[in-house]
Amino acid sequence: MVATLQLNDVGVRYGRQNVLSGITTPLLKGGEVTAVIGPNAAGKSSLFRRIAGLLGGPGHISIGGANETSLSGVCYMPQDTSVNTVLTVFESILLARKQGATSRVRDQDLEAVESTLASVRIESIAFKNLCELSGGQRQLVSLAQTLAREPKILLLDEPTSALDLHRQVEVLALIRALSTKQQICVVLAIHDLNQVLRVADRVMVIDAGTMVSCGPVEAVITPALLRDIYKVDGRIERCSRLCSQVIIDGPIVDHA
Amino acid sequence: MTIAAPIAAQAGRGAYRALVRRKKLVLLALTVVLILSVIADLGLGPARYSMREVVLALVGSVEVPHQVSVVLWDIRMPVALTAVVVGAALSAAGAQMQTILNNPLASPFTLGISAAASFGASLALVFGVGLLPFAIEYVVSINALIMAMAAALFIHLMSQKRGVTVETIVLLGITLVFTFNALLALVQFLASEQALAAVVFWTMGSLTRATWPKLAIMTLVLAVSLPVFVRRAWALTALRLGDDKAASFGVNIRRVRLETMLVVSVLAAVPVAFVGTIGFIGLVGPHIARMLIGEDQRFFLPASVLSGAAMLSLTSVISKSILPGSIIPIGIITALVGVPFLFSLIMTNRGRAW
Repeated sequence: MVATLQLNDVGVRYGRQNVLSGITTPLLKGGEVTAVIGPNAAGKSSLFRRIAGLLGGPGHISIGGANETSLSGVCYMPQDTSVNTVLTVFESILLARKQGATSRVRDQDLEAVESTLASVRIESIAFKNLCELSGGQRQLVSLAQTLAREPKILLLDEPTSALDLHRQVEVLALIRALSTKQQICVVLAIHDLNQVLRVADRVMVIDAGTMVSCGPVEAVITPALLRDIYKVDGRIERCSRLCSQVIIDGPIVDHA
Repeated sequence: MTIAAPIAAQAGRGAYRALVRRKKLVLLALTVVLILSVIADLGLGPARYSMREVVLALVGSVEVPHQVSVVLWDIRMPVALTAVVVGAALSAAGAQMQTILNNPLASPFTLGISAAASFGASLALVFGVGLLPFAIEYVVSINALIMAMAAALFIHLMSQKRGVTVETIVLLGITLVFTFNALLALVQFLASEQALAAVVFWTMGSLTRATWPKLAIMTLVLAVSLPVFVRRAWALTALRLGDDKAASFGVNIRRVRLETMLVVSVLAAVPVAFVGTIGFIGLVGPHIARMLIGEDQRFFLPASVLSGAAMLSLTSVISKSILPGSIIPIGIITALVGVPFLFSLIMTNRGRAW
């Protein structure tokens, strides 16, 4: 059964303050990648934490194909990957996999960890302690921990923000491939609009706690979006390989 | 992950198994140190016995005079085993406090739990006030237990409030330490000379108060508490990756924290209630375990238990050895021995966590 995710009038409140409201999406299906974009503090992370069940709030979240009551199959990679734990990378991925399972570590658990390490290409740091890793390495390990849980719905909050360009491209290609091959419904927050154009099927734009638009990538990422949401002048042009790319001309200076 | 590239011939699996073997060896080494320390502890006292005599007496050999067996079993054994159980309990409590509060400074001593216990005990010693109307013979211990648990639960409730950070919890603990120390000073100020001496001696912490019934209660508390932590080993380890990460793994962090804090408060309070204030074991024991074995709770918990037990047992040996013929209260020695040891470990492990 293909995993599905749909939000209906979903919101988040901190105390009496609404930080997110009225988020309604079409049916997001396994095999699709949906990018969530928007300025800083727009409410993207709150949306992810709400979908992952870490925050309460109004609205309804329909999850199909995964276990709807326990949210198992919904795996979330938080934005903050800072840790100071004396635990090796291998152990931390095993730990992610063993939650809620029997305490005995079986051969298939170790195989799964090896396989995850290889897919994210972090075998070389498998026996380094988490507290000794760089920011980018920690982000890759956090992604590996999330993937080791065999997600049906994968929520990634800025999974490439600390990575170099090569690793960004590699990780996003992995996520795209996993989504297609394993029919995973991927929702990821990301700031780089060119990467969004490369990897996503759909874009959801969040600004000031509300959803501004949601639709196919090329219909949403337009000069108007750059102007209204990001306050920059820019164009969307096709490169020689016919891929769309965002070209920024400069910030819009508000003389008012 | 099905799209994974084939990994280099079980390199990861083999290395992981080697890592697990090394951790088991560390646990074995700690156990050996603990056993040797207990034997040395049993041999020391007004009459000194060799290791051979102690071992023969313990196995019931007829080569050893009956008098030696009586001294070892009836007088020294409760004290030596109390050192083991108290060290284990305080260290396990400290380890789980550090885990659930995600704070390297958390321990029964630094968060004010020991200070609260001392204040509770002083109420009984000075004014004869019992916080529970029954069990008069254990009034000092029960007062200490109730105050210690109240302090632990207060810390827990405060840690659940929105916007409360790791630093806030430490500051909160420090305020509790100052508050209860001030209250204790007030009680001491009002106390008679005899009661004052009793309070001062109690706050020093001493294993000479050990008896078989007290040891049985402390052992029971430890035996009931540890399986709770063992059952939650994966979840507790996940808490050290941060709340969001642990929750994203499916850990019910509120429930695990509350359950652990309740058990920890009893585990930290009972030994303090019976033997007085013994500092630093709850802080240092887990740090030694962490540096030796890492933070996978399947190994970290037993390592904390063993390192705490071995440390207090060795401290007991030292407290008997410094001034032959007299036993210095163990609470004085723990800090003097534990801190330099921790300091040397920290300096050789710089840059590795906390």
